[in-house]
Amino acid sequence: MHMFFVLSRLAWRYLWRNHRRTVVMLSAIAVGTWAMIFMTALTRGMVDQMIVDGISVIPGHVQIHDPDYLDDPSVYNRVALSDTELTARFHDAGFVAWASRVRVPAVVTSERESRGVTLLGIDPQAERSFSFVDYDAVEGRFLDGADDKGVVLGAKLADTLETRVGKRVVLMSQDPDNEIADRGFRVVGLFHAEIEVTEESYAFIGKRTAQDMLRIGDTVTEVVFVGDDYRDVEPLVANVMGRVDDSVQVSRWTEVDTYLGTMMGMMDGFMLIWVIVIFLALSFGLVNTLVMAVFERIREIGLMLALGMKPASVLGQIIIESMMLLAVGLLIGDVLAWATIKPLEGGIDISVVAKGMEMFGASSMLYPNLSIDDVILANMVVMILGFLASLSPAWRASRYEPVEAITKV
Amino acid sequence: MSAVRCINLCKTYRQGDQDIKALDHLSVEIEKGEFVCLMSPSGGGKTTLLNAIGGLDIPDSGEVWIADERIDQMSKGQLADLRLANIGFVFQAYNLIPVLTAQENVEFVMQVKGVPAGQRREKSFAILEEVGLKGLESRRPAEMSGGQQQRVAVARAIVSRPELVLADEPTANLDSKTSAELMELFTELNEHHNTTFVIATHDQRVQAYAKRLVRMLDGRIVDDIKQNAA
Repeated sequence: MHMFFVLSRLAWRYLWRNHRRTVVMLSAIAVGTWAMIFMTALTRGMVDQMIVDGISVIPGHVQIHDPDYLDDPSVYNRVALSDTELTARFHDAGFVAWASRVRVPAVVTSERESRGVTLLGIDPQAERSFSFVDYDAVEGRFLDGADDKGVVLGAKLADTLETRVGKRVVLMSQDPDNEIADRGFRVVGLFHAEIEVTEESYAFIGKRTAQDMLRIGDTVTEVVFVGDDYRDVEPLVANVMGRVDDSVQVSRWTEVDTYLGTMMGMMDGFMLIWVIVIFLALSFGLVNTLVMAVFERIREIGLMLALGMKPASVLGQIIIESMMLLAVGLLIGDVLAWATIKPLEGGIDISVVAKGMEMFGASSMLYPNLSIDDVILANMVVMILGFLASLSPAWRASRYEPVEAITKV
Repeated sequence: MSAVRCINLCKTYRQGDQDIKALDHLSVEIEKGEFVCLMSPSGGGKTTLLNAIGGLDIPDSGEVWIADERIDQMSKGQLADLRLANIGFVFQAYNLIPVLTAQENVEFVMQVKGVPAGQRREKSFAILEEVGLKGLESRRPAEMSGGQQQRVAVARAIVSRPELVLADEPTANLDSKTSAELMELFTELNEHHNTTFVIATHDQRVQAYAKRLVRMLDGRIVDDIKQNAA
């Protein structure tokens, strides 16, 4: 251990022997680290937002359906349990939130236009906490309850249909016997969503009104469950599975929307590649600094070897010097990243490019997400790769013959 | 008892197209407590011999013994341990580590050895006072004259009381007064602590302090005289 202190002191002093070079290298490491963490925070913020938005549309972290529903989402493939049975099983199960709902394809027709939509028959009170619709921001009003006879459309869909609050539209779908099931509804509200395509795709009616219209009694097509963390749904899955039998299929949100699931997995891989790419650019500077630092003190290295320092200690000294340089650079970069990301956590308005972002399901506000895991990843990658990069100059330094090194001009 | 024993040493360097015999079947034995001057014209082989004795250079053939250990077959790590434990070095130039102060330079070898901080500090202050550098402990080499630097190097070489001190042209960069002071210091250490000194030099003034003069030419010993030191 005493050698570690000897080498650390030498390494620290040698680091500051050439102030300018060290400051330049520290700046490069700090800016590189800042860039790694800042870009990672922006990207993670964007992807997290896309996932959270996506999950709110799914909605829920776990769903149950009839086993054939995901392939054929029609009213024919309903959950085998009645609404009454579902309430008995899940009411006191400790979920953050849960709701049963009817979700079927339908056509909505105004006096001017028709559009295909996803018709959602919901209990608005049960879904208030996780719905992608802000009930209070609805133009007009949102549904009052499961028996509400009105319909809430997306604002964009209303534009397309050339309808508005107070006018009537007709919703048409099929019942379980493949007979037309339709009914006229008054438009009671228009909702707004972060993403325009969401406003065009959904129509909300009361759950019992939907059950009556589709002639399905008190059955539903899906039940949605919300847990504590969308990244860790397994406890929720286990809880749900313990309360149902094989007649229904339990699906995680990653299975309901495979695009979103893939994005989350891809994100971590992207972070690692991004961090490594930046480090590779940095590593040229680091290796050059170390090579120069070794080259300009060959005689001193020879002297230390002559005085009885072992080659392994010379190797250790150069590596410690490199690690110190990286550690100080990382510290500055981490602080810089924190100081620049924190003020932006309230969101960055990217509406200038929001049209393009919608293609990816992202909203016009970007919320940087400074994740401690990403900071640790960036720091670890830099330290580990920095260690590897410093091995070559350190190894060369330790291989000098003392007598040759001392007489080196 | 022999402090150093070299048996039939050969060392050849290649310089351009020429082979230079730096040591040519050289044998010499130095007793513990001797004060030996190696003398030769430039290229005579004295530095090569000194390096071979210190384990800094490995001869092409022959044997080098320090006390009862044969060192010419040791690994780099073993040689480093040997130098650390038994040998003090004073080189002609580039003797100090520039990023350390005078006191830290003196402490360096003790620190590598693992001597506790308190002991190191006490010894380093004492030895710096002994070599006339009291008050300059916190100066870095760049802030000291050549003579002062050389005295720091001597202090470092002797602070751990090694059995053997090897000095290569230790007075080359010193004025005559400082040279004399340095040699007085060597003589005192030799007499009081029975430290063996082997000094390679051209300097006639240094020779006067030696109890044994070994003259070399073309890698061979041509004269080996015991004398009364000054």
